[in-house]
Amino acid sequence: MNQILKIDKLYKNYQTRLNEINVLNNINLQVNKGDFIGIIGSSGSGKSTLLSIIANIEKPSCGSIIKDKNTLIGYMLQDDCLMPFLTILDNCLLGLKIKKEYTKENINKVKDMLKKYGLEEYTNSYPKDLSGGQRQRVALIRTLAISPDIILLDEPFSRLDYQTRLIVSNDIYNILKKEKKTLIMVTHDIDEALNICNRIVVLSNRPSKIKNIYNINYDKDDNFINNKTKEKYISYYNKIWKDIINDE
Amino acid sequence: MMNNERKIYLKNIKNKKKFILLTQILLILFILLIWEITSKIGIINNFLLSSPSKIFITIISLLKNNNLLSHIFTTLYEIIISFFIGNIIGLVIATIFWFNKTIYKVFDPFLTIINSLPKVSLGPLIIIINGANVRSIIIMALLISSILSIINIYNSFKNTDKNRIIIVKALGANKIQIFTKVVLPSNYLNIIDSFKINISMCFVGVIMGELLVSKKGIGYLINYGSQIFNMNMVLTGIFILVILTIIFYIIICKIEKAIKYK
Repeated sequence: MNQILKIDKLYKNYQTRLNEINVLNNINLQVNKGDFIGIIGSSGSGKSTLLSIIANIEKPSCGSIIKDKNTLIGYMLQDDCLMPFLTILDNCLLGLKIKKEYTKENINKVKDMLKKYGLEEYTNSYPKDLSGGQRQRVALIRTLAISPDIILLDEPFSRLDYQTRLIVSNDIYNILKKEKKTLIMVTHDIDEALNICNRIVVLSNRPSKIKNIYNINYDKDDNFINNKTKEKYISYYNKIWKDIINDE
Repeated sequence: MMNNERKIYLKNIKNKKKFILLTQILLILFILLIWEITSKIGIINNFLLSSPSKIFITIISLLKNNNLLSHIFTTLYEIIISFFIGNIIGLVIATIFWFNKTIYKVFDPFLTIINSLPKVSLGPLIIIINGANVRSIIIMALLISSILSIINIYNSFKNTDKNRIIIVKALGANKIQIFTKVVLPSNYLNIIDSFKINISMCFVGVIMGELLVSKKGIGYLINYGSQIFNMNMVLTGIFILVILTIIFYIIICKIEKAIKYK
C-alpha cells in the first residue's frame, strides 16, 4: 500500500468554562495515494474538526497526523470563500502568492486550468459575476494551483441547489481523478459519498469514534444519476444509513 | 449591441437620478426663498435669523474686510490634519489590537471610558497644557475622532469572515499575510465608513476647539459674531461649515464609489 497520510490515535477536546467537550476519540485511519475517502456522521460528530486538524488549522489534544514533510494539503470549505475584491485569476493565484511561488510558469498553469474548466472568459471578472457552481470550480482551481497531494473538502456542495450540486460534484470528481489527487471529503450526503469515494468512514455521535469503514466497490457510472439504481449502491446506502440512524 | 428594453431601463435609472438631484436642489432653493420672504415681510425675526441675501452680503463683506478665506483655510487645515492623524491612529492601533488580542483586552475598558467622556470637559485642561493655539484644537479633534475610529476599524477587522481566514491559513499564510491579503482588503469599505464618521467628528472637535481658544477659523467667526450680536456673521459661519461638510462628504463618497466599483 502506498500510504500518504496516517491519522494516529487522534483525540480532540474543547475546553469551556463549565466543562471539557470530547469531540474526537481515538481516531485511526490510513490514507493511501489516490484514495477518495468520504467521512460521514451526524451533525456535531466532529467531521469538520477532523479535517481542520488534518489541514493543520487546529491542533489535536492527543495523537498525531503522520505524513511526509513535503506532502502538501489543499482545503476547501462549503463556502467558496472567494475574495470579492480580487479577480477570478487573482483568487486562483492567492495560494501561489502566499507561498511565494508566483512564477510565470505557475500563472500560465492556472490560466490553463481556467481554460480547461470552462472559466477562461471570467479570468478578469469578479466573483459576484459567477454562479454558485462556477465559484466552487474557481475555489477548486485555487486549491489545485498550489499542487497539493491531498485535497480536503468540507461539505463543498452543500450550499448549491440539487441540480448544480449534481453537476459540480460530478465535475470535481472528474477533475480530481484526472489530476490524480488524493481526496478526503466530509459530507452529510450518502449519495454524494457513494458517487465520489472509494472508501467511506462512518463516525459515531460525540465523542466520535470510527464506527465503520466501507470499501466501496461497484461499477461506477460517469453520470452519477445512473448509479442510484445499481444493486450494490443501494446495499451500501442502506448499511450506511442504518449506521447513522442506529447512532441517533 | 444593447437592446431597446435595456436602453430604456438604463435611461430610466439615469432620469430618476437626475429627478432626485433636481428635487433636492429645488427643495434647497425653496427653503432659501421662504426664508428670504418671511424675513423680508417680518414673519421671522430678521435680527436673530438673518436672511439668505444678508448672509450673501456678509460673505462678500467678510471676504473684502475680514479675510474670510484665511478663516476658511485655518479651519480646513485643522480639519485635514486631525482627519489624517485621527485615521492613522485609528488604523495603526486597530491593527495592533487585531494582532494581539491581549493588548486589546487591556485597553478596551479605557477606550470605552474615554469615548463616553464629554470631550469638551477636557478642553480647559488641554488649553492649559498646550496653550491657546492650533495644537490644542487638533488635540481636541483627535480626542473626539480617533477613539471612535479605533473602535470602528477594530470591530470591522474582528468581524472579517472567519472562513476566508481559514482558507488562507490552509494555503499557508502567516499572520501578516492573513492581515494583508484578507483582513485589510476585506474591510476597505468599512474603513471608508469610519472615515465618514471621522470627518464629522473632526468638524465637531475643530469647531469646539476654535470656539474655546482660537483667534482664527470659522469657529472663531461664529464665536466673535455671537459676542458682538452680529447674527449675520454667526449664520454665515454655519453656512460655510455646511458647504465644507458637503464638499468633504462628496470627496469620501467618490473614494468609496471608486473602491466599490473596483
